[in-house]
Amino acid sequence: MAMHAHEIEEMIQAALPDAFVEITDLAGDGNHYAARVVSESFRGMPRVKQHKAVYDALGGRMGGVLHALQLTTATP
Amino acid sequence: MSVNERIDEIVKGNDVVLFMKGSPLFPQCGFSSKAIAILDHLNVVYESVDVLQDMEIRAGIKDYSDWPTIPQLYVKGEFLGGSDIMMEMYEAGELQAIVDAEGLAKAG
Repeated sequence: MAMHAHEIEEMIQAALPDAFVEITDLAGDGNHYAARVVSESFRGMPRVKQHKAVYDALGGRMGGVLHALQLTTATP
Repeated sequence: MSVNERIDEIVKGNDVVLFMKGSPLFPQCGFSSKAIAILDHLNVVYESVDVLQDMEIRAGIKDYSDWPTIPQLYVKGEFLGGSDIMMEMYEAGELQAIVDAEGLAKAG
């Protein structure tokens, strides 16, 4: 069971409305993605917390249906 | 001993420990492989735990750190992050700084 890129993008966007979200399908198999998320809300947050905020946005799918999401977070 | 206590003992008992899928010589997942490559490149002394050999730890480690994925790196008892964070910190020179500050490199 895979997730679509736009689903991932919408879920992150819903939780972090100000975020710039860029999803890349790494293998073209709908199963291995890279996500780059840029949000002002990350400012001053340790990296673990930034990534956690994105994982939380995906509501438990990370590590489950979504096996491979290579994540990069940044502030604008 | 509960699984949480077992994990705590491993984390507190090693300066650097990586919970991963497979072994450093034969990683069973691309993310674990990337984490090992970074540690090897930093020339760090580390312990590794193959979660595929221990289903209790495989499930328990995610609750322990409240982090959904494996690999997971712990340094001096603290959860540092998964392979993506390791890569970001490596590229920023932050991992090298920790290795130097804590004296975690292999001797010689």
